[in-house]
Formats: sequence, C-alpha cells, structure tokens
Amino acid sequence: MEQYNVVIIGGGPAGLAAAKAAYDEGERSILILERDSLLGGILNQCIHNGFGLHTFKEELTGPEYAKRFEDEVRARGIECRLNTMVMDLSSDKTVTAMNRTDGMFQIRAKAVVLAMGCRERSRGALNIPGYRPAGIYSAGTAQRLVNIEGYMPGRKVVILGSGDIGLIMARRMTLEGAEVQVVAELMPYSGGLKRNIVQCLDDYGIPLKLSHTVVDIEGKERVTGVTIAEVDSKNKPIPGTEEHYDCDTLLLSCGLIPENELSRGAGVEISPVTNGPKVNERLETSIPGVFAAGNVLHVHDLVDYVSEEAADAGRNAAAYVREGNAPETENGTAVTFEGGIRYTVPSTVDTEKMKDLMTVRFRVGSVMKDRIVKVYANGEEIFKKKRRIMAPGEMEEVLLRKTELQKFGGLKTLKIKVEEA
Amino acid sequence: MEERNLICIGCPMGCPLTVTMEGTEVKSVTGNTCPRGDIYARKEVTNPTRIVTSSVLVTGSRTGAKTVSVKTASDVPKGKIFEVVRALKGVTVEAPVKIGDVVVSNISGTGVDVIATKEVE
Amino acid sequence: MWDAVVIGAGVTGSAVARYLSRYRAKVLVVEKSEDVCTGTSKANSAIVHAGYDAKNGSLMAKYNLEGSLMMEDLSKELDFPYDRCGSLVVCLSEADRPTLEKLYENGVKNGVKGLEIVERDRLVEMEPNISDDAVAALYAPTGAIICPFLFTIALAENAAENGVEFRFDTEVKSIGRTGDGVFKLVTDKGEILTKTVVNAAGVYADFFHNMMCEKKIRITPRKGEYLLLDHEAEGFVRHTIFQLPGKFGKGVLVSPTVHKNVIVGPTANDIDDREGTNTTASGLAEVMEKSARALKNVPVRKTITSFAGLRAHEDGHEFIVEESKENPGFFDAAGIESPGLSSAPAIGKAVAEMVKARLKLEEDPSFKATRKGIVHAAELSIEERNELIKKNPAYGQIICRCENVSEGEIIDAIRRPLGAKSLDGVKRRVRAGMGRCQAGFCSPRVMEILARELGKDQSEVTKSGGESRIIVGEIKDKW
Repeated sequence: MEQYNVVIIGGGPAGLAAAKAAYDEGERSILILERDSLLGGILNQCIHNGFGLHTFKEELTGPEYAKRFEDEVRARGIECRLNTMVMDLSSDKTVTAMNRTDGMFQIRAKAVVLAMGCRERSRGALNIPGYRPAGIYSAGTAQRLVNIEGYMPGRKVVILGSGDIGLIMARRMTLEGAEVQVVAELMPYSGGLKRNIVQCLDDYGIPLKLSHTVVDIEGKERVTGVTIAEVDSKNKPIPGTEEHYDCDTLLLSCGLIPENELSRGAGVEISPVTNGPKVNERLETSIPGVFAAGNVLHVHDLVDYVSEEAADAGRNAAAYVREGNAPETENGTAVTFEGGIRYTVPSTVDTEKMKDLMTVRFRVGSVMKDRIVKVYANGEEIFKKKRRIMAPGEMEEVLLRKTELQKFGGLKTLKIKVEEA
Repeated sequence: MEERNLICIGCPMGCPLTVTMEGTEVKSVTGNTCPRGDIYARKEVTNPTRIVTSSVLVTGSRTGAKTVSVKTASDVPKGKIFEVVRALKGVTVEAPVKIGDVVVSNISGTGVDVIATKEVE
Repeated sequence: MWDAVVIGAGVTGSAVARYLSRYRAKVLVVEKSEDVCTGTSKANSAIVHAGYDAKNGSLMAKYNLEGSLMMEDLSKELDFPYDRCGSLVVCLSEADRPTLEKLYENGVKNGVKGLEIVERDRLVEMEPNISDDAVAALYAPTGAIICPFLFTIALAENAAENGVEFRFDTEVKSIGRTGDGVFKLVTDKGEILTKTVVNAAGVYADFFHNMMCEKKIRITPRKGEYLLLDHEAEGFVRHTIFQLPGKFGKGVLVSPTVHKNVIVGPTANDIDDREGTNTTASGLAEVMEKSARALKNVPVRKTITSFAGLRAHEDGHEFIVEESKENPGFFDAAGIESPGLSSAPAIGKAVAEMVKARLKLEEDPSFKATRKGIVHAAELSIEERNELIKKNPAYGQIICRCENVSEGEIIDAIRRPLGAKSLDGVKRRVRAGMGRCQAGFCSPRVMEILARELGKDQSEVTKSGGESRIIVGEIKDKW
C-alpha cells in the first residue's frame, strides 16, 4: 500500500491552501486527490470578481484566485492526482481512491485533511410541488453551463433563493442575454451579501421578493411557468398572494450543504447544525489526525477565510505527523454560546494545544442590530466587539489569545455571547 | 435639491446612504459609518462604474476547454456594461491563453482592455 | 405485416413483448415516449406484493400471486435487483383487529405462503421505529422490493435481443380493421398493419379498448405522490410497512428500496389529466402526515426528491386481460393498477400465450431467456473493479459522485440495445443523477457523454425526450 504523511481530499481552495501550509511547515510527503480534471474546485466557474481582497489586497476573479494558490502548490512540487475520486476513507486513515490510469488504489495516510467542499440543496430537498420538467437547475449547475460550457440554460428566468450564487447568476444570465424576472427568497432577509444585491439585482432592475417562495412549477417537458406566493411567519404560503410568471427556467439558490459522506463513512462525528465535522482548536475531527477545513467544515461566504482556515488545518496536519498524536488531555473546553449564535467552529478549545492567536468563527440565526459580541472565560469577560448589524448570511469571528486563556490556569468554561448594545 | 438613497457596497455592512445633490454636484452624504461610504456614494451618483466579467469562446484547447473567462482590466462606466458584453459577442480566442492576455483592447471605446482571467492550454 | 403489435412500452407491454419473443413471430412495440418505462411503470411504490390484498377469485389476486412467485427467478434470469425483504401490514388499533384477521384469511385463500399475524412485542423487534399505537401486523415474508426501471428495461431489452422491434416517439392514434383479419394502426409516424394487437397502454388503455370492444371501460388516472429519502435514512425500516385501512382511512407505505433509499407514499387522488404527474403541496403534506401514523420520527427531512405517478384505475377495479369477443386478435392488458408491477410477469406470460394460441405460434429454439444487466461497479471488489478498469478505463472515471456511477456504466447504458437517449434515460439505467444532489453536479457531464455517444450536439440533449432540452443556445447569442 502506498504511504503518504498528509493526504488532502479535494484540490479546491481549501485543499490547495492546506497543502501549501503543510509544505511550509516542513512536511514533504503530501498528496492532493482531486476528482475534477483541474485544480481550483468551484472557483473555476466563479468568474466574477470580488475574491482575494483579504488575502491579496486586490480584487480577483475566482479563476485568478485559484491560479495563485495552484501556482504556489506547483512551485513546491506537491503531488496532485487529478480526475481521482476518493471512494472511501476508513477510521485508520486508509484512503481508497480511483481513476482511469491507476484503477482503484489505497493509500495509508498519517494525517488526512478533509477539503471536499459542499453541494447545493436540490429542488427535491426543498419539496417544491409541481411538475419535473427540464429547465430547473441549481444556480451552480447553471453557472457551470454558462461559464465553463458557454451555453444558455434558458431565456426567461425566475430564481428562488437569494444565496450569493443565485444573485451572481441573476447578473450573469442577464449579461448573457436572458431576462431574469424576479428573485424570490423564503426568508425575510437575503442569504447573500448586500453588495451582491446591489451589484447583481439593483444594477439591473431585478426585483427581490423577500418572504416569497415557489408554490408551483408548470410545464411537462420544459418549464413554462412558475407561481410564487408570499409566506407567513411560519414559511407557509399565504393563499391569495400567488403570482404567476411565464418562464422557461427556474434557478435554485437555497443553501449549501457540506459534503461529508466520506467523513461519515470514516466515523467522523458530524454537527447537526453545520452538517460538517465537529472539530477542536486544531480543526481536528473526532478521529485523531483527520482535519477539516473550508466548506466541508462549515459553509463560508468568502473564499479568503476558507484559505485562512485551511492553512491552519494544513499546518496542524503537518505538526500532527511530526509530533504524533499528542497525549490525550482532558483540557479541551467546550465552546458554549448564547444570544442567537447557531454554532461555533471550533467547538472545543484546548489552551495547551491552541495557537497563539486563534479565530473562532460562528453564525447567528437571525438579523440583529446593534449588538456586542463578548467572550467569557470562566465567567470573566475577556473580549468584546461591537456589531452594528449581524445576519445569518455573514460569518462572524472572534479572536482568542492563548496567553489570555492560559491565565486562567484551568479553563473551565468558554462562552461566546451576543448581547444587546 | 435632490436626494438619492443608496446601499453602500464597500463592505458587508451595507450602510443605507443618503446623498443630497444639486444638479450634478454632491452637497452631502449621510448614513455612512466610515469614509469608504462617502467615497462610494460620491462616485456612485456622479460616475458609477463596475468591473465587467464574462466569458468568450476559445478554440484549439488541448484540454478541451470551450470558454475562457475574461474581465475588464479596470472599472468601466455602469452605463456601458451591456455595450461591453455585446462587443464580446463573436469574440473567439485561440488557445493557449494566459491570465492577463488582452482579449479585446479598448472595449467599446472605454479605454479599458478586456483581459483573460483563466489559463487555457 | 406484423404478427403482433404491442401498444405501450411500460412494464406490462415489455413483459408481453418478452414472453412473445419466445415464439417465432414478428413483434413490434410502439411507444409514444422516447424510452421504455416512462409512465406508471416509472413512478410507483416499487413493491412486489405478496398477494394477500386482492379479492379472492379476482384476476388481480391470480396474477399477483403468480407474478410474485415468478419474480425472484426472473430477477436472476434478467439480472435486475430484487430483494425479498418481507412486508408488514400494521394494525394501529384493537378495534381494527377483525380487519387484520380478514386480510390474513383472504391471503390464505389467495394461496399466499408464510402469512402470519405478529403481535406487538415481535413487531417492535422486527421494526424498532414502529408506532406506539401498533398492536399487531400481518407479516408476509414473500413481500419483496424491486427496481421498476431496471425490471422494465430488462424485460424490454431481453425482448429486443430476441428480435422484438421497438419504435419510440410513435403514438398510436387509432385502430381499425381492414376486413380480412388484419388490424391497421394509424400512428403519427405512419400506418402499421398487424395480425394481432396487444393493448398495454396504461392510463390510455380505455381509448384503444373502446375502439375495439362493445363493452366500454373507463380509466381514471389516480395520482399517487411520493417522497424518496436519502441513503442516510437506510435502515429506518427493514420491511415494507403498510397501514391496515382503519379509522383514518388508507394510509401510506414506508419501504426500503433496492437502492438503499427509503420510499414514502402514495396518496390517491383521481384526476382528469392523463399526464398530470405534478406533485402538490397538499399531497406531499399528506404523505408526511400519514407516514407518521405507523412509524415514529420518519426522517422526511432527508427527502431528496418527490414525484407523482398515475395509476390506471378502471371503474371495475379489476385487471382486464382478455381477447376481444368482437375483434378476435385484439388483446387487452388494461386497468393494470396496483398490483400491476407484481403481476407483470404473469400478465405478460398469459397474454403471450393467448396470442400464441390465436396465431398458432411455434417456440423459437434460438430464444435466449437470460440477459446481463449493466455492471454495477460500486458493488464490485477492488480486484474486480481493477480488472474492469484495465479493460476499459472509463470504469475508473466517476461521473455521478452521489451514487458513484462511472463513465463506463453510462456509456454502456447508452450503447446497449434500447439504450438511453436522455438524462432521465441514463438516470433510470445507472442512477446517475438519482442521488442526493439530484444531478446538480453530473448533468453537464452526462450531457457531454450523451452528445458524444449519440453523435449529437449538446444543445439537442434532452432531459426526457420531446422538447425537454437542457440548454437553449449559446452565451450572448441574443445580442
């Protein structure tokens, strides 16, 4: 069986950043397994700009951002196997993968970084009633057809869901000659970034209807129309509010789901909130030596933060190989939260093993104005920051200093709380 | 005096901005939290601009790529966006393409080049 | 001149064609859709009923039992998935126990083997998620599940391999006689002359019956809506769980599928539109609500798709499998609603024998009863898989990552006799796009393979034939 110290599953932004960081940490036995024919993952079809402001201090398109990381990985001579699908991951870190030339093969890894990304929620999972004709696509599928294949998936479009991909595709379809009639959003707020609403909808006069959903899809062969309706506070359609749109296409942008089938197969513990692995301060899952980063861990809004998080995971994987499994300590303190926070990544922190300055990322469950985010250690406030507005669509973060947490000797509790200002 | 309401796109906060104008002159900007909002608002009401991204067809790709993604090398006037994409119709480039290669120079008389944003072999 | 023309390439028509292909005869199947298995046969519970339900003495009871007994051997001959998981009809109230006992007795009379009534304690052992209200159940160990697509495709493919011709996208408009014992079928693709006709037209079977027979029948499409749950729900139930009709009326079933999903449904609503396969908000809500009666915490949140099928319900609620008295040579296989899937082998065989008798057909010694299905690579060992990949590297390239379907399997699905021509055709044969992302990732790739294999432009590739094109043009073509 082949052996590698660090095997990275996925060659998208997370996998590339993890590989680079593991190398820079001194690790030389690294293998990236990527199912597509090229590195960069979903960034290859995200041809719009807005990437990299945080990482490179300039505004790049998706392919440009991916290329920078790919070049870094190539320059380090890190081995990548493309068109290679990982079929199985076992709890002892045996990776079973397959491609055309090598067939099915197994690799024993000392450490694994999960970087498989996420998928879009489908029409079926949303239980939208109606017919099942051609012309219903997830926004990402349409994005691939338009941006990679150069095809128009439709002419008259209705979009359900105001996630960023849906907003971006409203603009893309418009610029390529389609008529985007409306974007309907089930929630009373958009799941996308405000700047995308302005640049992708407002710029082109595309209406955004909040608290609306699709209640019927017509057309037996190809979509001929959809009906949308307003929903009440329980997200149930309100009779009498139906509006019909003639269209040939319905795009869905209704949320992303981390792809953790391999992780589940290995026995990694999954959070029911994020649908990603539960991780500690080193982004290590419930299986020692298996790390996770990027959208497989929790869905991000900005790729810059994916890269940052994945670099941590890559460094930690390299350190794990170097130092072996650190003796089990009981020091991991659960991160608790209050005030509308839905989850935190990581979910436990060990003050011995954390790095000097650690980011805890989280999301809130509703739109909140004028708040203060506070961190309490053993009940004592150690950090606070003001937030004018917090929304489910925008990831939040707090920074924790190792020295500060270690002052407590034994850290008993660590709580993040959103309070009214 | 005329008032225009905008949402700042400078950062994810999305401040609601009110711009007071007299003719084409900006008298005041309110609602912003930081100086970036002021700059954005003044530009947005006088000369709004955007980067335009799209893709064009590519021929002769060794890897079978059908398109190459492109962008305007810098902002173009918002009013020219559709002119820019129309001018890209029928544009075909020959592989190989490198990031930054000029696909169309001075597109639609904007003085801005359209450049490739993807490498195609 | 054909010896026999079968109208409809659903499971019944395909079964008739398969059993007819044993004889020396020129047989044609005409189908208005682009593929086999596109009507009722593709959207149902995927169950092989044990046969206790149908009224004793009815054709439904007869063919159900026969079909159910034939199915396992047939699944080996024709290589389609079959799993005798057993079924339970759950009684949710002591008051309903007499109904349960009656059902048991009816089953015994019908000749169903192994039936027993299991009491709550054993029921809970058999199905840990059973409702607290469940008092007992009728256990039928011969109840089974199959893949209705692969079953139908296997029948049709075996028929084709034995010389039966299939014409798709061909709609029969009328049937007449030319006087001398010859039938004339007028289709949208020209006229067809034949000595005999088999009416297996599903929800349209009454049209053809009524053209040929004095005693009129009426078929009403009875819609059934379903939810299909993700692989993550696998194991939620081990048997097909029916609800005994009781004070809440008829319930819905919850069953494992042969592909390790869980299916929940159906509703039953009579509609007018014979193509009305749309799901409805109320229907889906009803499925969820009713499923919760017999089982605790049905994981309906793990739904990956919902769909609706139309049962061909005839007013008399009985199969019509006979030769027309007025027009000998015209055979009905009409009113084939549940247990139609279970009965298909028996009906196919019976009708083929009727045609044989009418035309005095002889056995064809070259008839090949077996057929090999598309390899299901995900089920192979590493060694077997590597051998396959060495022979054909396309088996090493995964296209559908949710169901782990390789390019090799997709190519086989397209190239073999009666191969797939559309995304749905590929999906039904190899499950690409059937998984949790519902074709989000793989559809552009499958389109590419279809276009390449069929020598078409990608713009001509459809979801399910007709006007169901996936793409409508090139970027900027409107400018």
